[in-house]
Amino acid sequence: MTRGTIDKIAGPLVVADGMKDARMYDLVYVSDYKLIGEIIELKGEKASIQVYEETGGLKPGDPVEATGKPLSVELGPGLVTAIYDGIQRPLDEIRKEAGDWITRGIGIRGLDHAKEWDFIPVAAVGLNVTGGEVLGEVPETNIITHRIMVPPEVSGEIVWMSEAGKFNIDTIIAKLKISDGSILELPMYHNWPVRKPRPIAEKKAPEEPLITGQRVIDAFFPLGKGGTACVPGPFGSGKTVIQHQLAKWADAEMVIYVGCGERGNEMTDVLQEFPELEDPKSGEPLINRTVLVANTSNMPVAAREASVYTGITIGEYFRDMGYSVALMADSTSRWAEAMREMSGRLEEMPGEEGYPAYLGTRIAEFYERAGNVKCRGGDRNGALTVVGAVSPAGGDLSDPVVQATLRVVKVFWSLQAKLAYARHFPAIGWLDSYSLYTDNLKEYYDKALGPEWVPMVKEAISLLQREANLLEIARLVGAESLSPEDQLILFTARSLREDFLHQNAFHEVDTYTSIVKQKLMMEVIMHTNAEMRKAIRGSVSPGDLFELPLKEEIARMSYIPEDHLDDIEAIKEHVNSQINDLIEKEQTA
Amino acid sequence: MIREYTTTVEISGPLMLVDGVEGVAYEELVEIELPDGEIRHGKVLEIDSRMALVQLFEGSSGTGIAESKVRFLGKQVELGVSEEMLGRVFDGQGRPRAPFDTAPPIVPEKMKNINGAPINPYARDYPAEFIQTGFSSIDGINTLVRGQKLPVFSGSGLPHSAVAAQIARQARVVGEGESFAVVFAAMGITFEEADYFIRDFRKTGAMDRAVVFMNLASDPAIERISTPRMALTAAEYLAYEKDMHILVILTDMTNYCDALREISAARKEVPGRRGYPGYLYTDLSSIYERAGRIKGRKGSITQIPILTMPEDDKTHPIPDLTGYITEGQLILNRELHKKGIYPPMDVMESLSRLKDKGIGKGKTREDHADLFNQLMAAYSAGKDSRELAVILGAAALSPLDQKYLKFAEEYENRYISQGEHENRNIEETLDLGWELLKLLPRDEMKRIDPARLDKYWPVSEEDGPG
Ligand SMILES: Nc1ncnc2c1ncn2[C@@H]1O[C@H](COP(=O)(O)OP(=O)(O)O)[C@@H](O)[C@H]1O
Ligand SMILES: [Mg+2]
Repeated sequence: MTRGTIDKIAGPLVVADGMKDARMYDLVYVSDYKLIGEIIELKGEKASIQVYEETGGLKPGDPVEATGKPLSVELGPGLVTAIYDGIQRPLDEIRKEAGDWITRGIGIRGLDHAKEWDFIPVAAVGLNVTGGEVLGEVPETNIITHRIMVPPEVSGEIVWMSEAGKFNIDTIIAKLKISDGSILELPMYHNWPVRKPRPIAEKKAPEEPLITGQRVIDAFFPLGKGGTACVPGPFGSGKTVIQHQLAKWADAEMVIYVGCGERGNEMTDVLQEFPELEDPKSGEPLINRTVLVANTSNMPVAAREASVYTGITIGEYFRDMGYSVALMADSTSRWAEAMREMSGRLEEMPGEEGYPAYLGTRIAEFYERAGNVKCRGGDRNGALTVVGAVSPAGGDLSDPVVQATLRVVKVFWSLQAKLAYARHFPAIGWLDSYSLYTDNLKEYYDKALGPEWVPMVKEAISLLQREANLLEIARLVGAESLSPEDQLILFTARSLREDFLHQNAFHEVDTYTSIVKQKLMMEVIMHTNAEMRKAIRGSVSPGDLFELPLKEEIARMSYIPEDHLDDIEAIKEHVNSQINDLIEKEQTA
Repeated sequence: MIREYTTTVEISGPLMLVDGVEGVAYEELVEIELPDGEIRHGKVLEIDSRMALVQLFEGSSGTGIAESKVRFLGKQVELGVSEEMLGRVFDGQGRPRAPFDTAPPIVPEKMKNINGAPINPYARDYPAEFIQTGFSSIDGINTLVRGQKLPVFSGSGLPHSAVAAQIARQARVVGEGESFAVVFAAMGITFEEADYFIRDFRKTGAMDRAVVFMNLASDPAIERISTPRMALTAAEYLAYEKDMHILVILTDMTNYCDALREISAARKEVPGRRGYPGYLYTDLSSIYERAGRIKGRKGSITQIPILTMPEDDKTHPIPDLTGYITEGQLILNRELHKKGIYPPMDVMESLSRLKDKGIGKGKTREDHADLFNQLMAAYSAGKDSRELAVILGAAALSPLDQKYLKFAEEYENRYISQGEHENRNIEETLDLGWELLKLLPRDEMKRIDPARLDKYWPVSEEDGPG
């Protein structure tokens, strides 16, 4: 263990002297408060340390102690339903110990080492196992079975397996004879350094969509399980609501929500809502599949930098168990800013907008940890989907964080301030956003919704694109001077926007739409479009068509509950009869 | 342990470098005694084994500062607090501020570090109690709740002071008689503005339940960095130790940020956008995030920071970073102001992120959310019609567009606009909303639940098209 002394303190950066034997990224304890820090630069005997806690009151000469180990998280039963700070300290435990405000030097471990879990062995003595192999299972919540795996980079022959029983996580549940002949005892948890991706067997392209229940996403810009997406937008455009909606309704088996440098109340919101809300698939409280990492904006900035790594490492761990995991990071810009702040204090040469030159590399490395994978140690597939919010300065997409992110992610949900002001939510622009997974997912959608779905969506998108052009013209010459068919395009596009894309996250029913309902809704709109077009060609006045009461029925489709989908189907009939009546009326007139 | 040095080696702007120091802590409070006996204050900004970099709250102007004695006080910047603070006016460092306050200093019950500590997110309680401000444009559209931080984005010459004073005067939680107080922090505002607030508080009796911290334009700029922290420390004491509901008004955050920029420039840090330091977001959040509610504690802190946007530009770093931290923003609009509308609230661009949980049945009224959505949609359509009318002429508008246009006018003149002493209750605000919607055809009410529509606007009432 290396001991040195503080030489200099400037905000979250502490420089320590006498650290010759320390290594980069070693975890250190700073001063007698034992503040946790990480070495981020070494120059001769001097180590620059980013400190994860407030540094006020520290003095030159105070002791610094390097642990020789990198910043790691504890992985084992007890993760699900937890809420952690950026370096995996449980906030509920911190509150018990320190009260309502976070004080310094609290050393609480990530997992509860006293709590006992039901352990069921799965592997047998005599088996040769490698990292990832499942040794046993712990039913952690009603929906998550925690698979206790051989830690990555460990292999050997099982020479002893524990019986089933109720144990705490320190209990040895297996013993391996490893290559050097020695015996390795394995408890129910292991540590893993947060900055090092956990190994996998093989990475594959996403094949299934992550169904989110958000119509504009599932229908227009779908995200694949194991894929990556970003949501950039100015403040108030709906980044957080989208992230919350995904955390609530996405059909992932585990959700990791990282509140990185954002508002305290948003975490409270999740904490208060998730135990109440039901997962639409299992009927279980959502919190039973959730891990929260909360390093809010007023918490120490260095721990904010670590929080996304803490989150993604926990995500990878559940992926390795064979689960489909979704990680939401709100907001990656705060993580980048934390990097910028530390880089500035280290007096590194700044790149664009003061961000360090390695910004793009770090962002790429982070999103690369997502993936649809074949897990190690057994025949399991897992997926880790990553969705990052980006908060560009002034909402300007030329922001370095946005640009670096767009270079790596495959889905771009472009939030538009204009839509948000008009209270069109989710404010995902239909003209600029994209998903590069559409082709990969076609097969899935063909099977799930029939081959007509993908072309129907394409037609809807092209209607919206034509609307944009027509609106330009209409602005100059007035909508009345457009041809009847162009007027119909405006009518249908408006319906697509207001009745399909618009979705109120706070409405009990509207908040989630199954893809079956999405298809029915879209069918009604496109069917209406087709019937109206026929009528117009039969020279029915478009004005009269657009006044038909069917408009109102279509507008209320989104509020029809999932168990009344026949009511949506029935609208098509009403559309037919209303249009036919109108045709007859105009013909007799 | 107090250590005294006379080894100042460099002074530049608000910073001072002291050599040969020992045992000095980061963020430690510093006292500087000038040769003429004047005492100034500062804190340690950076420290290494030899030198301490000290930030001077009152600046470095004046004679003989280089010859002065520098004492390190072994503690961080603190504020003495007690309930006696109510009704008092302090300067930016917590001393009675003449001419507004000539009474002797308070006898503190305890001393509190002004930096506070981050509230554990797990300890927070979600703000959900509706605060009635008496402004329709806030209560009806951008509802404020207890524990929220909702800034006013204004521009020079706009009536943000009047709006803030009116909120301070009128704000209350419906049906409750709990103890309520205002903590007001002025940073770099003019004597005239400050005087306006103090007189308004005195006139309306609000002063008895107000604590004022005042750093005026003529006061040292660097002192502004601690002023809001002083105010929030007082607020936290009253809220969490004395069970009071506190409304904190901070004005003008732009001056605060400029002071921060000054320090950053003096330290020769790499500047971010418009010269503001890269850590401006983090710094602002250490102020704004001190608003909130805490589980199991009675009191609360609601914040209304006011800032003037340079050139009315919302993407300027100060409003931009503020908006990223606060729970919405109230934006004052110059065009509305020119039209004579008070408050000139830009309801489209304004937003209260916490309103959803503060409105509805049992809080305001069951129809509030639908009504809000419909009013917003209608006003938006009305503004589109207005734009169209500019291009095509009002006569070329369709009958429906003309109705929307009319709606937008009435909405601005009757709903948004109200008197400086007009305090509308929430019922009045909601009823007014319905009254205005009835300028439109009933079948345009797409955002309203049909059953609710029947209740508040029975079919029989409709005048019929035309
Ligand atoms: N899908 C939605 N449905 C209804 N309201 C929404 C939706 N998305 C956003 N909003 C509104 O917009 C506000 C701001 O959204 P938020 O996600 O907090 O923005 P950001 O994180 O981009 O700053 C919310 O408080 C809510 O009022
Ligand atoms: Mg957000």
